[in-house]
Amino acid sequence: MIPAVTILLVCQLIGETLARGLALPVPGPVLGMALLLAGCLAVPRIAQIVMPTAQGILAHLSLLFVPAGVGVISHLDILGGSGPALFVVLLASTALALVAGVLTFVGVAWLIGNKSDTAQSEPRP
Amino acid sequence: MTAVDLPDIWSYLNREPLLWLTATLAAYLVGDQLSQRAGRNPLVNPVLVAMLLLGGLLWVTGTPYPTYFEGAQFVHFMLGPATVALAIPLYANRAQIKSALLPMIAALVVGSVTAIVSALWIAQALGIDGAVWLSLAPKSTTAPVAIGIAEQLGGLPTLTAALVILTGIIGAVIVTPLMRLMRIRDWRARGFAVGVAAHGIGTARAFQVNQSAGAFAGIGMGLNALLTALIAPYIVSLFLY
Repeated sequence: MIPAVTILLVCQLIGETLARGLALPVPGPVLGMALLLAGCLAVPRIAQIVMPTAQGILAHLSLLFVPAGVGVISHLDILGGSGPALFVVLLASTALALVAGVLTFVGVAWLIGNKSDTAQSEPRP
Repeated sequence: MTAVDLPDIWSYLNREPLLWLTATLAAYLVGDQLSQRAGRNPLVNPVLVAMLLLGGLLWVTGTPYPTYFEGAQFVHFMLGPATVALAIPLYANRAQIKSALLPMIAALVVGSVTAIVSALWIAQALGIDGAVWLSLAPKSTTAPVAIGIAEQLGGLPTLTAALVILTGIIGAVIVTPLMRLMRIRDWRARGFAVGVAAHGIGTARAFQVNQSAGAFAGIGMGLNALLTALIAPYIVSLFLY
């Protein structure tokens, strides 16, 4: 577990340094993700080391958003008088983006004859 | 003859991260248990349950958010390493991802542009303007990127953070019923779309439902962070002139 955490942190550290040093529009951790992917492709052993820890963290990804979520609850007043209108905007816009995104994916996959091999798989219990 | 003063214990607990770190984990466990008992019903979202529980607790105890965050920051910090860890499902599903490159790029562009344009459009129609309007543009991207974009556009960083979190929760709650309604059974498409529209919270929901969906959501989130940073300023300028 310690080697896995170290690898994750090193990737993030390099990512943050690059993002800030070069003033890139991508956040450090996203660069770190690209770096780790490149590392796994170059040295498959890295994937084996990180796999159990990564799966453990990602299984509880929701937990990590709780502190920021509590921040929203505690600062609901910053939405101000436009709170209900903002909620309508978020709801409608997120639904539209979901529908547009998924239909485009399915449509283009159909056009190029790309079939999903996961379509029939069962949801995880 | 009291051995200790209750206020003393309380002030100790409020100084140390222990109390609110424990409370964060416990609230999440309650949320996760409820979500499991509800058969992962999208309405019983673990983040939503936990934040309501903790928000209520802070309110009842009169604890200011910064005090809470002293403890919760350790959990918050893990967002960085977790984002890096998304490389692992990407790597494990690389063959599938490679074969779906074209649908992904198309869905990324359409989903990302729809997210930005529809938010700005609807907000304009509802009479929202100024800095609040600008803060809506990056709402579908992951929080650190969204805050950076909002600052660059002249939006309000704190408001943006709140809008981003709310977008994530809305996306995580509506994605399953919406996809069922449209009879979309391709997990890759479902995951990718929710990653683009509702960033990490949508991705967390995708992982709850299906591993493949989770992998595609992770890549959708990462790519949309990049694309929104590049196109949001341009789209906003189109609206203004």
